[in-house]
Amino acid sequence: MKRIIAGPFNRVEGDLEVALDLSGDVVERAEVTATLYRGFEQILAGRPGLDALVIAPRICGICSVSQSLAVATALRNLAGGRAAANGYLAANLAHAAENIADHFTHFYLFFMPDFAREEYRQRDWHAAAVSRFKAVSGSASGQFLPMRKRLLEVMGIIAGKWPHSLAFQPGGTTRAIDVGERVQLSALLGEFQMFLEETVFGTGLDTILGLETVGELEDHEARGKGDFAFFLRLARDLELSRLGKGPGGLLSFGAYHDAEGSLLPQGFADHTGTSRRLDAAAISEDATHAWFSDTSTNPLLSDTVPDAEKSGAYSWAKAPRLVGAPAETGAAARLAVAGHPLIRQMLEADGGSSVRTRIVGRMVEAAVLVHAMQGWIRQLRLKEEFCAHFDLPDEGVAAGLVEAARGALGHWVSLKDRKISRYQIIAPTTWNFSPRDRHGVPGPLESALVGVDTKGLGAKAAAIQHVIRSFDPCMVCTAH
Amino acid sequence: MTVNFANNQPKTTLLWLQAGSCGGCTMSVLDHGAQGWVRGLQAFGIELLWHPSLSEECGEEAIAVLDRVVSGETPLDILCIEGSILRGPNGTGLFNRLAGTGATMQEWVARLAPRARYCVAVGTCAAFGGIPASAPDPTEACGLQYEGSTAGGALGGDYRSLAGLPVINIAGCAPHPGWVAETLAALSMGEFDANDIDRLGRPKFYAKTLAHHGCDRNEYYEFKASAEKFSDLGCMMEHLGCKATQAVGDCNQRSWNGGGSCTHGGFSCIACTSPGFEQTEGFLETQKVGGIPVGLPLDMPKAWFVALAALSKSATPERVRQNATSDRVVRNPKRTGGPDE
Repeated sequence: MKRIIAGPFNRVEGDLEVALDLSGDVVERAEVTATLYRGFEQILAGRPGLDALVIAPRICGICSVSQSLAVATALRNLAGGRAAANGYLAANLAHAAENIADHFTHFYLFFMPDFAREEYRQRDWHAAAVSRFKAVSGSASGQFLPMRKRLLEVMGIIAGKWPHSLAFQPGGTTRAIDVGERVQLSALLGEFQMFLEETVFGTGLDTILGLETVGELEDHEARGKGDFAFFLRLARDLELSRLGKGPGGLLSFGAYHDAEGSLLPQGFADHTGTSRRLDAAAISEDATHAWFSDTSTNPLLSDTVPDAEKSGAYSWAKAPRLVGAPAETGAAARLAVAGHPLIRQMLEADGGSSVRTRIVGRMVEAAVLVHAMQGWIRQLRLKEEFCAHFDLPDEGVAAGLVEAARGALGHWVSLKDRKISRYQIIAPTTWNFSPRDRHGVPGPLESALVGVDTKGLGAKAAAIQHVIRSFDPCMVCTAH
Repeated sequence: MTVNFANNQPKTTLLWLQAGSCGGCTMSVLDHGAQGWVRGLQAFGIELLWHPSLSEECGEEAIAVLDRVVSGETPLDILCIEGSILRGPNGTGLFNRLAGTGATMQEWVARLAPRARYCVAVGTCAAFGGIPASAPDPTEACGLQYEGSTAGGALGGDYRSLAGLPVINIAGCAPHPGWVAETLAALSMGEFDANDIDRLGRPKFYAKTLAHHGCDRNEYYEFKASAEKFSDLGCMMEHLGCKATQAVGDCNQRSWNGGGSCTHGGFSCIACTSPGFEQTEGFLETQKVGGIPVGLPLDMPKAWFVALAALSKSATPERVRQNATSDRVVRNPKRTGGPDE
């Protein structure tokens, strides 16, 4: 048995270290470490409730809108209020823009460059991967980054700026959109759709929205002209559907809400994609192997007391569990819970999530969101309010459960005497990259790495890189 | 005379590391340029030695890049640090190790900074400590050369980079992509000296004005026609905590994300370019004594402010008064005594 350390593990958001115990060249055990702790939950305690809108989203400059919406949702639930109908729609537009930008930042800047590695130089697609996706020099980032910039102009219209905006309030959004701005939103979405159709998918959005079976996906793989089809061909050659098996359980808090429901539902799916109702009270967070003093596993009752010298601890992330078990979260989980036929079929065929399904989930979801955004833009009622107003109670407890690009995000808030008495955050990658719990059960990445063959290349092995990056980890909000 | 078309400008090397960061400064700068920031750097001859979000090198390969800079083998022109330096617990820096190296970011910054021709703090965290330094400051957070507005921090007040400059502080949470990209490009052009930064190390090209300058709520400010709640069009200084008249930045003179700014977006400036902004309690309401805001415009005598405010309130046109507390223009401008709309 030999132990190797992968780090600084880059082209992920934030600070990640992975320790791998190898038996021969094969991973036998993995330990995932979040190496940064900033103390947000300690900083929030004792402050006025509304200050959470300023401070809490700053745990993450990548999913900053998602964080804002988690705070706003928790505060709205505390007040028992309702946001303005336009406020939900405008927030959804900004939220979806952020999540789409994240999905493609992951695809073009973080994930695909690994196929340009020297390790693959014998493959017949390698030269094409180098020219298109090589880090810094590949042609794709030069096409994608200007489109990302254009898409994020949604923020200039709705949220003032990005990242870190105060536009997302419990009652809605702070800026009423006028008729000209509705046109601007629609125009930039139209341009982004063209980028998807010409560059990412090489086909109409309808084709991607209509993918229902693995057979149809294979058809796109064989005939598609875009970057997505190129990925699918690599995935077949490298058998990425067999790599990076998830833990089985797939979790979604539900996303893109209005007063009545959400575009993507809340729920919990098993490895066949069959989904069930989620019991939020069954969420726990275990600090056994985290550098924190032991505390309640209930996020509404737990305290954050760092202990950098705790024995047996190896991460600044705690271990979230649903009904005592680890769960994977992210775009594939959201679509599985929503009953997306293609994603369910892939899960069933592969016996759970895989590197390939995680990427397909993001690409399909991006198409779904661009389509949904066009609908939300039309649904805005420009003569009505965007922000409702209500006061926070002096005391109370509530949770704000939303989805960030990378999956389930929860903020649990307690108020006492108009001040925050307790604040707990469980971020998506806290689920995916959790350390072991008190029973020694590993987190989703820790189990997904077991059995990966490093082929004598150690931590540099592309397979290791693919598995880790397939989750699109965001370590900055994982430990906070 | 022969024209030399070869690019004879020497390369500028850039190393970017994240310390106690949210990643937002990188997210912001990736939003720069019509061709994307990566190509923007290339256009200025800036060679990225390593950036955590962009570079291929991972693990040992990345550590080798850093080691070559520390040894002096690779000359380093610009060192960018994003995020606060976390000195805790108890000075050990263990709240932030650089993954895979066993060493803390505090140690890595101390190794790298002496090698840099220019040292750049990207964002308010790296400049002054920022949000992680907020009370009770659980991680002993500080900036590269400041702890709040006090010189010191991780490198000490006396630190000078090889070019003889203190740390250049691109304060902002997150900073505008242009602030970062233009500072780095200016450094590569050799067009940046001690006169180009203000007393807190911030580039004057964006810190020479107040965030308030160019605010599209200007007329409401002039007439002290105030917003009472978020989403109202009025000036947010009197009730909603807006500090744009106290904070530096050209926030309302260049567009954010294609056309926005905080005040344009309908919410208050929280003075994110200022050291210590994070210590505020009650960000979204104006602290007052005797009904007068505690934080008055940066260089305005209080008596004058009070007198002018009283005068302008009494002169506020009805149109401005009504629009100030509405989320949209309910009364259009029209000539006094002219026909009704």
